[in-house]
Amino acid sequence: MIGSIDPALLVAALMVASTPILLAALGELVVERAGVLNLGVEGMMIMGAVTGFMAAVASDNSWVGFLAAMGAGAAMATLFGILTQHLLSNQVATGLALTLFGLGLSALLGQGWVGIKAPGLARLDLGPLSDLPVLGPMLFRHDPLVYVSLALVAATWWVLNRSRAGLVLRAVGESAEAAHALGYDVRGVRMAAIAFGGAMAGLGGAYLSLVRVPAWTEGMTAGAGWIALAIVVFASWRPGRALIGAYLFGGIAVLQLNLQAAGARIPVELLSASPYLATILVLVVISARAKAGGVRGDAPADLGKPFHAAR
Amino acid sequence: MIRRTLLATVAALAATATGAFADGHEPLKVGFVYVGPIGDGGWTYQHDQGRLAVEEEFGDRVETIYQENVPEGADAERVITQMALQGADLIFTTSFGYMDPTNAVAAKFPDVKFEHATGFKREHPNVSTYDARFYEGRAVIGHIAGHMTETNKIGYIASFPIPEVIQGINSAYLHASKVNPDVEMVVTWVYTWFDPAKEADAARAMIDQGVDVIMQHTDSTAPQAAAAEANANGGRVFTFGQASDMSEFAPNPRIASIIDDWAPYYIERVGAVLNGTWEQQAHWGGMPEGEVVIGEITSEVPAEVKAEAEQMIADITSGAYHPFTGPINKADGTPWLAEGEVAEDGALAGLDFYVEGIDAEIPN
Repeated sequence: MIGSIDPALLVAALMVASTPILLAALGELVVERAGVLNLGVEGMMIMGAVTGFMAAVASDNSWVGFLAAMGAGAAMATLFGILTQHLLSNQVATGLALTLFGLGLSALLGQGWVGIKAPGLARLDLGPLSDLPVLGPMLFRHDPLVYVSLALVAATWWVLNRSRAGLVLRAVGESAEAAHALGYDVRGVRMAAIAFGGAMAGLGGAYLSLVRVPAWTEGMTAGAGWIALAIVVFASWRPGRALIGAYLFGGIAVLQLNLQAAGARIPVELLSASPYLATILVLVVISARAKAGGVRGDAPADLGKPFHAAR
Repeated sequence: MIRRTLLATVAALAATATGAFADGHEPLKVGFVYVGPIGDGGWTYQHDQGRLAVEEEFGDRVETIYQENVPEGADAERVITQMALQGADLIFTTSFGYMDPTNAVAAKFPDVKFEHATGFKREHPNVSTYDARFYEGRAVIGHIAGHMTETNKIGYIASFPIPEVIQGINSAYLHASKVNPDVEMVVTWVYTWFDPAKEADAARAMIDQGVDVIMQHTDSTAPQAAAAEANANGGRVFTFGQASDMSEFAPNPRIASIIDDWAPYYIERVGAVLNGTWEQQAHWGGMPEGEVVIGEITSEVPAEVKAEAEQMIADITSGAYHPFTGPINKADGTPWLAEGEVAEDGALAGLDFYVEGIDAEIPN
């Protein structure tokens, strides 16, 4: 029965299914490495989804949509940044409020946009690579944004671990006081990281509304932002592991649907719960390992702590 | 002392004011609890159209309130309670999973009337249930699907294993296999009423495995969009609008639709409360009552198939044909309905088995 699943198509589907959460998780990862906890990922994603959709339809160009979505996500994030970094509001509460705000505002903005078709994003034609027998459909026939997301993983890793800017950002996240004493602009660095996180969440949202679904529907993120937050912890704040986490979650989600469609004799309840079970399992393993190592996990030391230079 | 007198006076005034308000001038407050957003383009959208029809019909004699995106379970009880506390006189709870919360709240507010959609529990005299015979629509689209499939694989995106969904799967399969005995039913459970990304993924998984006609029992237009995308890339996949017409995806991939029209029922029940004639009931309307409507069958469907489908609609509407007419066996081979026997409503309302020919297990 399981023989009817084409592994090439399965891998292709999982890459598409994982891309929105990968983008959002990557953005949030950078924000958290700078020591800020923004729980508004879901709100920023859905604002990106609606803004990107509207811009893409209005201009008949998906790329305009993606740019607009990044702008909308960054604007939402900047709002969060002003509240938490300048006015020193509570990060957890502000992030939750941002999610609620985004869900409501997107529903309002998107009212006249339900049932419209997205312009669509042509799949990349990589010539001979796309024509390879198995690898072609698996890896080389996607829309460009899948490759952009993979490039962003590499770029984020490089910036965080191999560049001076990344070093400053991590310093701000590990010890804002020390970074401040060294003369770095803690608030500025954090605002930039927050804006980046928002732009990435917006891009992930637009990928949902322009490629993965593709249509605008109210509340269409349906919790993807929260999954992205979980994946950041899952990844222990490392970009490469965020890729693994997102693909694992997306992969199991797609695999279970394929198993069902193939008529596999596995209880459906178990299949449906499997992506969440797998995520919880890995989180438990990671935290157990962190405990055994005698460290307090890999979280940035100043994560979620407010910083005020005048203190 | 003065302050206390003042307070007492204000309280007394307030009491008089509310009293005066209650004897006839106050509009009837009607609440609606929705499982998805009103912009879902499907199930909740149609319920909200019913709400708007009530406002149109009764004008300022009614006031409607609604709450969207209410999760099934404990949250629902909180929301329904809140609505009752806000002074709602009649509350429509529009998803199966609100069944126990609705009955629990009804026990606490005996003066408020409750209408629960698609459920079967009426534990208190102030709880009615209402449902539509969606399986009548499934029979028609099953017939069309049996003709349209070339791969002989019909996909069904199923939400939860409840009788309403099982009826739909059975009815669609019975009528598809009647015109095409080789047809195979591919059922995928997504355990949600509304999650566009997951619905799209489910549609894609089935398309990847050769399904070329997709039915959905979920609320968003995402499966239609996924099919449209597959067709844009050289596929040949057909879908049916669910709950709402979803005509923006016509003529291809959407080739017909099952539309739920709740307006007649909502107007009737609100009118009954206004007249003081509201009584507990279990309502189950279908094509004859105008509650289940088949949307436009598009030009993708051959003319003779369309004519057969329209004949079936006419026969179901007139009562000449019941979609569950024997002989029908259960999936395990035991007989269910004898030759010419028609399924009783009670049996349908508790349907928990597939009919013969569907090779799958129903999850618990």
